[in-house]
Amino acid sequence: MHGLSFDIAHMLAGSLVLVSFLMLYQVRLTALLHALALHALVLAASVAWQAHIQDAPHLYVTAALALGFKAALIPWALRRIVFRLGIHREIETVGGIGLTMLAGMALVALSLQVMLPVTAMEDPVAREDVALALSVVLIGLLMMVTRRNAVSQVVGFLSLENGIILAATGARGMPLVVEISVAFSVLIAFIVVGIFLFRIRERFDTVDVGALDAFRGGRA
Amino acid sequence: MTLVWTALAALGVLAVLGVPLARRATGRWVVYGGSLLACLVLLWAGLAALDAPPETLVLPVGLPWTGAHLRLDALSGAFLVLIGVGGAGASLFAIGYGRHEHAPARVLPFYPAFLAGMALVVLADDAFTFLFAWELMSLASWALVMADHAPDATARAGFVYLVMATFSGLALLLAFGLLAGAQGGYVFAQMRAAHPAPWIAGLAFALALVGTGAKAGLVPLQVWLPLAHPAAPSHVSALMSGVMTKVAVYGFLRIVFDLLGAPLWWQAVLVLLLGGITAVYGVLQAVMQRDLKRLLACSTIENIGIVFVAIGLAMAFRANGIAAGAALALTAALFHCLNHTLFKSLLFQVSGAVLVATGTRDLERLGGLIHRLPVTAVAALVGCAAIAALPPLNGFASEWLIFQAVLLRPDLPQWGLKLMLPVDGALLALAAALAAACFVRAYGIVFLGRPRSEAAAAAHEVDRISRAAMLVFAALCALAGLFPGLVVDALAPVVQPFAGGRMPVQGGEDWLTLVPVDAARGTYNGLLVGVFILASAALTAAVVHRLGSRALRRAPAWDCGFPDPRPDTQYSGDSFAQPLRRVFGTLAFHAQERVDMPRPGDMRAAVIEKSARDPVWDLLYAPVGTLVARVSDAMNVLQFLTIRRYLGFVFAMLIVLLLALTVMQ
Repeated sequence: MHGLSFDIAHMLAGSLVLVSFLMLYQVRLTALLHALALHALVLAASVAWQAHIQDAPHLYVTAALALGFKAALIPWALRRIVFRLGIHREIETVGGIGLTMLAGMALVALSLQVMLPVTAMEDPVAREDVALALSVVLIGLLMMVTRRNAVSQVVGFLSLENGIILAATGARGMPLVVEISVAFSVLIAFIVVGIFLFRIRERFDTVDVGALDAFRGGRA
Repeated sequence: MTLVWTALAALGVLAVLGVPLARRATGRWVVYGGSLLACLVLLWAGLAALDAPPETLVLPVGLPWTGAHLRLDALSGAFLVLIGVGGAGASLFAIGYGRHEHAPARVLPFYPAFLAGMALVVLADDAFTFLFAWELMSLASWALVMADHAPDATARAGFVYLVMATFSGLALLLAFGLLAGAQGGYVFAQMRAAHPAPWIAGLAFALALVGTGAKAGLVPLQVWLPLAHPAAPSHVSALMSGVMTKVAVYGFLRIVFDLLGAPLWWQAVLVLLLGGITAVYGVLQAVMQRDLKRLLACSTIENIGIVFVAIGLAMAFRANGIAAGAALALTAALFHCLNHTLFKSLLFQVSGAVLVATGTRDLERLGGLIHRLPVTAVAALVGCAAIAALPPLNGFASEWLIFQAVLLRPDLPQWGLKLMLPVDGALLALAAALAAACFVRAYGIVFLGRPRSEAAAAAHEVDRISRAAMLVFAALCALAGLFPGLVVDALAPVVQPFAGGRMPVQGGEDWLTLVPVDAARGTYNGLLVGVFILASAALTAAVVHRLGSRALRRAPAWDCGFPDPRPDTQYSGDSFAQPLRRVFGTLAFHAQERVDMPRPGDMRAAVIEKSARDPVWDLLYAPVGTLVARVSDAMNVLQFLTIRRYLGFVFAMLIVLLLALTVMQ
């Protein structure tokens, strides 16, 4: 039983990393949002599996939250925003997909290299989870750095946050309060960012953050 | 302790009351009157604490698991007396003087807070409370410096002061951090019990010297002092110069003698060196100033130098186990602190009175005030004579004790000290002589001669309360000079634990004679000297008056006997300072003079220009300032990056840290 449960946990966490890679090269915003929903879905499955093997019923709540908010509500809302902004057909120039993918692979290698020796004494499930979660976080950050569109930066941020949740649930005994507060903080951040998107758009007729830089550069 | 606590609470209430009351005329009476009472209570409590066992109090505020520890022992008591005397005098003066305030709302709330901060520093018994009080003192005094913020010079003074105060706080923070050690024993009792490694103790000593020296005005950390002290209202200048610098001295004594334990000889050499340089530097600057309050501020630097020389002597004797010498030097240091509080407060009050009377602090626009301000002139004369260390006044008594300590010349084994002692003696002698010249100049130019401006000619005496404050301080200067034995005896319990001994009991000596070590090695009797000076001066005056007056004959004024009526032809402050500037200033300050004579036949006036540079500023502060400006110019680009670049920086930093972690495993 232990071997199987470990393998499944490992597989789910690995899938999360895989979906992160998937998101790295999505140039269409709608496709990116679908990938985000998939990301959250995998996260929910992973958390639910953790709830099962750790025998921690409160983690089911976390999984349900991830499923409800992250896999359904937020992608749906972002999709509405994208349609209302009329940028659903836009193709974003990510630039050097191959290079980005290579960088992502290097990040995964780095996080494994960092995490596995540090957590040598820990439970193997938690070890793998934490190492893979760190790679999800780093890839999310990489996405935020490489994208120019504000919506895709938000998506990068949300995937980063998913990585944090994965790390939190992998460790035993994480209180529910912490998870719920993290979830709510993300929701608030999402609302704020959503409002900002419209404000930016109102002023600059685009959500390309380059326009913001140009505006600031004029005053510098 | 209850008394002190009540007084501190009262000062806090007054600080809050100062805000709503500032608009009304009664505000001045309430705040300054209340501060006066609180200071008198502090004075009383300090006197009572001098020969009482230490009292402690722990308050449940401040750092968690530590609380706020307060302790009133003899050393705290001695400095509480200084704060009480200086604060009471300044408050009394301010009751009258405060009516000339431009913006009382900028002064009234901060004044009691400043006093409370200083009192709390000397009471603090743990590092957190000490630093909190230290910063309260710094910030409140900064706010008071900025009270009259209109002139650009004030803004600059405030900025320099704030930078130096922060620097001083940082140095003290690090010093306490080192003393607390890895266990974090921030209570002073734990620090006393701990025995840090020699290099840690040495580093803590250096940091304490820098931190308290920056507040006291020790060269090369004195740059803010001649800027900030004169910028504040005069009664606050009196507090800053007369009392706050002493609180800094207290901090140094507390850390070096109490917390660190026995001082080492190399530390004494350092303190002696810096003290000697500070004394001469300060007085050289003072003698060249044209601004009356700046002159007084520079003279504060000189006196701090003298105090630090005395402390350095005490450290040197203590390091070699010579208890009598250490007791003499430490008593002299504390005595000089008291004296400086008395006469510097008095002189700053005089400068306030002159400022109100004439509207200017420029020596070249004053003159002849002895006729217009007779009471102020008498008080100023006493203050100038005291600070110039003329017997029978108090300045002479303490400086004489310091010279006795220098001249004790016991066999000190360390070559550093053997070489340092005569050097310091020479520097002190030079400083004392120059200080006399400086205050002859100050008094002569301000009060004697003929008025150099219409404002000086139309000057009027200040109000009664201010005059009373000045006269009280003049009387205190005279009393401390006539009865130095009483002060020395009162300081004995303060000195005892730190010097390992005390000066001989003075109370039993005939005619109140002052005996530094033993009667065979030289004594001084202020009372007899005073009586002699008074008698001989009265006799001379009577003889001159009788013989000289009889010889007076009235004759028609003939132009040869009557000087040019224009006041410009008088000896001026600059002309008085010129010989000293040429002799010392050329070397020390690159002082230069340039005479621009008109060509023959040209009708314009000849111009003499003089310039002086401050070597400390040029060598130490200017390069640092340039460096900071250059670095911030280079960093300025970072303020205008794109969002993605900022994110990129965060990302890159994260990666670098993770890589470092991997490599280090």
